[in-house]
Amino acid sequence: MSDREEILALLRENARYSTEDLARQTGLDADDVEAVVEDLESDGVIKGYQAVVDWDEVEPERVRAAVELNVTLDRETGYDDIAQRLAKFPEVQGLRLVSGDFDFAMEVEGDSMSEVSRFISEQVAPVPEITQTVTHYIMESYKERGVEFGDGHDDDRLSVSP
Amino acid sequence: MTFEPTDRVGSVPPSGIRKFFELAEEYDDIISLGVGEPDFAPPWAARDAAIASLERGQTSYTANRGMADLRERIAADASRRYGLEYDPDEEVLVTAGASEAVDLAFRAFLDEGDSVAIAQPCYVSYVPSAKFAGAEVVDVPTRAADDFKLTREVLEASGAAETDALVMCYPNNPTGATMTREELLPVAEFAREHDLLVFSDEIYSALSYEHDHASIATCPGMRERTVAFNGFSKAYAMTGLRLGYALAPPQAVEAMNRIHQYTMLSAPTTAQYAAVAALDNCEREVEEMRAQYDRRRNFVLSRFDEMGIDCFPAAGAFYAFPECPWDDSDAFAEALLEQERVAVVPGTVFGAGGEGHLRVSYATGLGDLKEAMNRIESFVG
Repeated sequence: MSDREEILALLRENARYSTEDLARQTGLDADDVEAVVEDLESDGVIKGYQAVVDWDEVEPERVRAAVELNVTLDRETGYDDIAQRLAKFPEVQGLRLVSGDFDFAMEVEGDSMSEVSRFISEQVAPVPEITQTVTHYIMESYKERGVEFGDGHDDDRLSVSP
Repeated sequence: MTFEPTDRVGSVPPSGIRKFFELAEEYDDIISLGVGEPDFAPPWAARDAAIASLERGQTSYTANRGMADLRERIAADASRRYGLEYDPDEEVLVTAGASEAVDLAFRAFLDEGDSVAIAQPCYVSYVPSAKFAGAEVVDVPTRAADDFKLTREVLEASGAAETDALVMCYPNNPTGATMTREELLPVAEFAREHDLLVFSDEIYSALSYEHDHASIATCPGMRERTVAFNGFSKAYAMTGLRLGYALAPPQAVEAMNRIHQYTMLSAPTTAQYAAVAALDNCEREVEEMRAQYDRRRNFVLSRFDEMGIDCFPAAGAFYAFPECPWDDSDAFAEALLEQERVAVVPGTVFGAGGEGHLRVSYATGLGDLKEAMNRIESFVG
């Protein structure tokens, strides 16, 4: 694995590893680690760093929904044009063009179910190219971006063994 | 008639690991760097194969030597990875963990009064197993100055030349030492000169970080005098499934199997199905676990270096073996546990040459590892 791949793998595991901890794990100098991270950022590989939040543990709770969108294209309007328009809404947390029965998979977040519903019906559905929306409210999250939402105490090994 | 243990059993003290385990069990908030097994679950394909075999009701005995499908894959894997060429029908014996294979070899080839040289510090079972077999043990203490590698010099100094067999384990538990092929050659030469059998425990072969693992059985003239042990516990995180194997010439496997067929009959069937899938489908998972251990190894070695604690660059298994800041490693480990709630294992548990060192296992997630190293730092600081 190259230094770049190695550091990317570590930051994907935990974006809060300090430069020192990254250096200790890879055997690189702290300066070299800094340089690799800067390159990853300036090359547009790393787009940002965010906390993985279990909203069930937060007051007030946030409501999230996975929304399927079908669209119709014409000579002037492509997928990118529609995506750019939708991506501007702060309620939209994720937006992906996907294969299969629908075109876009969109993730929406709001303070309540009515707020999310209103956003879909008033802001998304009226977009002329959008022909259909199907909204799935997220009931329970078990894993987000590789992080399991268990209690984390599942090490049943003996505390000391040969 | 009373249940008075035989002299052989009586001559073996209870495991020092056990004592330390009991101490650690008194606390429920410790971070343990005392664990000698992976913190990963077995690759899913291996677990799935075990479950599927149970669903199909495939729980009967297998051939004494293990399922033919499994022996073929073991032979192919040993050949591809390490250049070890063994016939799956006559030269592979599947056992209930590598520990069973070690016990079989000792009982098959050591007579009452034979002597066996055991390179130490080492895994806790070799010395007791040799004594249970009735053999005399000659300690071969490897040295920190040699990075705990086995050298011709320590073999000569310890009287290994007069023994009948040599026991060695690289990558090593507890030191994390490894040996390259070049470093094995003089050991092989010594074994040939003094007509020693060699029992080589290579259970950590998949976890060699600085160079490809080399088996002493591939050195000139060694195949016919070596039994190599390996298994699925470390590489595939399958410790509790209890599956190991021995690779040896036909007459050696025949003799070991004579004990195995009466005492064990066959290795656990469910585990054998898991192992077939492990060898077929789990290379990527093994590589990912290896990469994780390697990062933690770098982390632990860097942290000891920053603390000013001397630690040779352990290059294999999942252990570091730093010098103990105190003269008495038992006392240090007990105090560290009591005051900082961090468990490490004192080197004395692992035999000759272990005193003055600590075994620090990095088979633990980086979060805990980081916190444990901070606590060690504040303890010694």
